[in-house]
Amino acid sequence: MEFFRIKRDIPFMRHALVFNIISFATFAAAVFFLVTRGLHLSIEFTGGNVLEVEYARAAEVDKVRTSVEALGFGEVQVQNFGTSRDVLIRLPLREGVAQTEVVGRVFGALCAAESGTVQQREGVSNEGEPISRQVCEAAGAEPLQLKRSEFVGPQVGRELAEDGAMALGFVIVGIMIYLAIRFEWKFAVAAIVANLHDVIIILGFFAFFQWEFSLSVLAAVLAVLGYSVNESVVIFDRIREAFRRYRKMDSAQTIDHAITSTISRTIITHGSTQMMVLSMLLFGGPTLYYFALALTIGICFGIYSSVFVAAAIAMWLGVKREDLVRAAPKGDPDDPNAGAVV
Amino acid sequence: MNRYPWWKYAILAIAVVVGLLYTLPNFFGEAPAVQVSSAKATLKVDAELVPRVEQALKDASIEADFVQLDGTSVRARFGDTDTQIKAKDAIAQALNPDPADPSYIVALNLLSRSPAWLSSLHALPMYLGLDLRGGVHFLMQVDMKAALTRRAEALTGDIRTLLRDKAVRHAGIVRAGNSIEIRVRDAATLAAARTALAELTDLEWSEAADGDATKLVGNIKPEAARLVQEQALKQNIVTLHNRINELGVAEPVIQQQGADRVVVQLPGVQDTAKAKDIIGRTATLELRLVDDSPEGLAAAAGTAPVPFGAERYVERGGQPLIVKRQVILTGENLTDAQAGFSGDTQEPVVNLTVDAKGARIMRDTSRENIKKRMAILLFEKGKGEVITAPVIQSELGARFQISGRMTTAEANDTALLLRAGSLAAPMEIIEERTIGPSLGAENIAKGFNSVIWGFAAIALFMCVYYMLFGVFSTLALAVNLLLLMALLSMLQATLTLPGIAAIALTLGMAIDANVLINERVREELGAGAAPQAAIHTGYERAWATILDSNITTLIAGVALLAFGSGPVRGFAVVHCLGILTSMFSAVLFSRGLVNLWYGRQKKLKAVSIGTVWRPGAAKPAAQA
Repeated sequence: MEFFRIKRDIPFMRHALVFNIISFATFAAAVFFLVTRGLHLSIEFTGGNVLEVEYARAAEVDKVRTSVEALGFGEVQVQNFGTSRDVLIRLPLREGVAQTEVVGRVFGALCAAESGTVQQREGVSNEGEPISRQVCEAAGAEPLQLKRSEFVGPQVGRELAEDGAMALGFVIVGIMIYLAIRFEWKFAVAAIVANLHDVIIILGFFAFFQWEFSLSVLAAVLAVLGYSVNESVVIFDRIREAFRRYRKMDSAQTIDHAITSTISRTIITHGSTQMMVLSMLLFGGPTLYYFALALTIGICFGIYSSVFVAAAIAMWLGVKREDLVRAAPKGDPDDPNAGAVV
Repeated sequence: MNRYPWWKYAILAIAVVVGLLYTLPNFFGEAPAVQVSSAKATLKVDAELVPRVEQALKDASIEADFVQLDGTSVRARFGDTDTQIKAKDAIAQALNPDPADPSYIVALNLLSRSPAWLSSLHALPMYLGLDLRGGVHFLMQVDMKAALTRRAEALTGDIRTLLRDKAVRHAGIVRAGNSIEIRVRDAATLAAARTALAELTDLEWSEAADGDATKLVGNIKPEAARLVQEQALKQNIVTLHNRINELGVAEPVIQQQGADRVVVQLPGVQDTAKAKDIIGRTATLELRLVDDSPEGLAAAAGTAPVPFGAERYVERGGQPLIVKRQVILTGENLTDAQAGFSGDTQEPVVNLTVDAKGARIMRDTSRENIKKRMAILLFEKGKGEVITAPVIQSELGARFQISGRMTTAEANDTALLLRAGSLAAPMEIIEERTIGPSLGAENIAKGFNSVIWGFAAIALFMCVYYMLFGVFSTLALAVNLLLLMALLSMLQATLTLPGIAAIALTLGMAIDANVLINERVREELGAGAAPQAAIHTGYERAWATILDSNITTLIAGVALLAFGSGPVRGFAVVHCLGILTSMFSAVLFSRGLVNLWYGRQKKLKAVSIGTVWRPGAAKPAAQA
């Protein structure tokens, strides 16, 4: 099987300007939504409480909201999570409330709303592990169960946000230094600009749709940053090789040739990675959903930006044969194997 | 040119065998077990307990797979849950004659079902994180400012006593925050105070004018402050350990995180309220005199009633002791307890330091009670226990030591117990997570399904698109997964849901290397190279690119590892390790397979890498 039968080099660079305008427009839109709407940060960053409750029957979200609001913890978000029986309740931090008691009180209120009482129950799980938990009991049945709860204090949230920014900075600087050593500063700048544009666009999506931006989404963003830089690296590698091999081509032609000869690989590897991510999106459940979603956007825009943006920027920056071939070992400059020496 | 020397094949074979061996324990699953650990800080679990547990099981005619000592607990594994629960009751009855005051915690637990020969190779299954098995997680912040204030307070008392002893006439000592201010009226007193204060090495002094007098301001030195904070954290962790033991959790995790935080993870516990209650409890330490009168001794022997004004306690080791009710000192006055060696006899001792108020009381009490015994009691949950009851040899001051018939380990234990009575500094819960057990099981299934289906999809595509080379790539990817699992098991890493996500993502990214290679080989073939040469140059050229791309991905992984915390860290560890294993498997292993298959054929005419399309040729040259 063979998907790509490209006879001549595709003149990508002829349309570089168009691609750059498209990129800029998406980028500007992403920035616009980030500024106007902002990210919907998870409680990991903002601090607060989250409860995941499973009802025996389909949950009545409005009823849940009323009973939680009656406790007076401020703005409460209640929504279905995964199935109609699971409910996710988010509570912001609030001054003057003993935060660590919130979960217990909310559970108690929800239990009372189902006319049950909270009881202590000791038991053994199916695997034989001892479990002691609080159970809501109403007429011998369990109308609801606490599946998960989380409390994050304000200082933790702030630190996480700071650490996240630090990590992003470290990745950008690290990759730039590596690319500058390995190739040339023009490539380093081009690769970073192209991939930061991806990051901003992912964030733009999260801002536009108000998807929850959690710690795992941040991890996905950083992983995708490293991953799509490698896309640019593959193309730059080819550009360098083409500069050495085809002395008659000008910069734009060389770049076109490099992109054309790697396009099949680009699409196949991204397709493979996307298959894995898709599998996470389908089977990973709600916990991995946004993680996989961020990766999906990152992978799609990663292809676009390495092919259409990074190389174009390198071209605008005026990358020339002399920039790269100078670094080649002395001897036969036409040696086709020269590019493989590390 | 496409041949590996035998040793390269040997390395590959060894890697696969080791990988299999260490991945294996993860597939055996877990069997019900009973774990016995100490319920009291003064009781240590050692090899002697094993025969007692065995005997208890034998008496109840319960068959255990094995009973063994594992670190600080004894574990017995059973065939099924029913036996496990029966065994738990039998062991608890035999070891804890008084259920109201248990000496041992008998808890239900899970043990790997993997055979003993695997365990003896240290091939153990991965530890599952809380999000996969359910439980409670707390992150607690230690209030270091309070620890320093407490230290400053103790030092203020010490200085007051010191200056009085040296007859330095100061005009008042006050503690302002974490610094201590001494007012002096004249230069002579100032000089005298300075010499006297030189004894306290933890403080640095500066002078400031204060009206007509001079103010000496002492601040805790940064090194000393750091030491105070380190000790406060350590003491809090020890105290937490003691308290959490009572919850009967099989494998609690209590770890330092950063400079001032403690992580507590209690697998299997769902009841946060009870856990919080126990963690927040305070224990107290008391110093009292032992009643050595004939009545007291008789009462200790059990032949007479306990005299008026005294109480009966059990000493470490089980001996009863009659202790007077009057409290000489409490743990609040004890500022430090450290194990060490005595200056003259070089035998292990425990050095105690009490604050100024404590020193005054100690001096008076000890002067009147030389050659009598003093008991140090630890009260927890209203129940007291004698940690040690040494004989007072001479008049004691602010610093004194307990010596005699102690091993170094015993001295360390005693020092720890003396310190562990209470929290050194208050703690606040700043993060709390509860994960239900059913959610944990769901998460495992979801993570597992993601990996399996993703892998299957990639494998199918590779095999169809690249034919035999695709099969090699798939095998290399499988080896990558195997090595990654083995590495994680060897490191005894904790597997979490983000970790599983990282495994999936790493596999998805790892196939990139094989695609690069296969595309390159196709390209070389398309350009008219001979099959053997095409394989050779394909691998050779792809290598530089693979290295580049993996390094950029690794930079992102390392950043996550360095700055991430909690779930992100789990993701980052797996991600970084996965990149390393993928470089090995994608390049070396797949090349090994290709060499093994094609390397020996001298006149190789075609390789099975799917359709190779030659731009020049009119018709694609199909090769199978």
